[in-house]
Amino acid sequence: MQPVATTFFFYMLSSLAVLGGILVITRRNAVHSALALILTLLSVAGLYLMLYAPFVAGVQVILYAGGIMVLFLFVIMLVNLDKSQKEEQFNKIWVLGLLGALGLGALFIGAFLKSARSSDDIFHALLRRPLVTLADNSNTQEIGQMLYQNYLFAFEIASLLLLVAIIGAVVMAKKRAN
Amino acid sequence: MAEIGILHYLIVAALLFVLGVIGVLTRRNVVIVLMSIELILNAVNLNLVAFSRMWGLHGQVFSIFVITDAAAEAAVGLGILIAFFRNKETVNVDEVDLMKW
Repeated sequence: MQPVATTFFFYMLSSLAVLGGILVITRRNAVHSALALILTLLSVAGLYLMLYAPFVAGVQVILYAGGIMVLFLFVIMLVNLDKSQKEEQFNKIWVLGLLGALGLGALFIGAFLKSARSSDDIFHALLRRPLVTLADNSNTQEIGQMLYQNYLFAFEIASLLLLVAIIGAVVMAKKRAN
Repeated sequence: MAEIGILHYLIVAALLFVLGVIGVLTRRNVVIVLMSIELILNAVNLNLVAFSRMWGLHGQVFSIFVITDAAAEAAVGLGILIAFFRNKETVNVDEVDLMKW
């Protein structure tokens, strides 16, 4: 299917994602942060659709926005956050952290823009690589085949990781009988 | 209609990554620190999917593994948070100092 109005959708979705990110780290109430994070996750899912990745977009909506965020909201309801809302929200060295993170971001974007301009850069060749044509009606089949053929071992390890995480979470959150 | 260049996606992902790093480094509430880690993982996923536009489906498959990791990390992290809250009645990162010398 031919994409329509890509420029408009790209800028709308990416500005919504960045806005949601800013709200996540500035809200005092953790529930508001969680809702802003859901906004970011859904906009990123839209960006995945624009990149011809419908399966990853679906996984993002179902697993992230539907699963992980429900877990977050459960825990927010479970722990009492009323007290922490009245406290100071940022730690003592927040200026240092902010400057460090902004420096990191300037480094990233400066490196991207520099290598996009200079043509003798390795990263420039990487950015200018021709796009492959991804089939837009068999994406899920191809990912499934790849998961069970090229990445079978990693797939099994991932299932083991999830098992360990489930057991760990239950053990951690269980009441100690003493 | 021309497609958006990969560089644009990389810059959006870098912005999301930086927002996540700011959240991890400056906030005191553990729940919001964990949400910032989810932001960072999302930025990485966006990079992977953007590069899969040039290198085939490998990036998309890897981003599914990253989502799996994020789920495991959230489950264990929130379990630790509940256990800690039961002991100390606080959710502030700088009060987690039981192992501090």
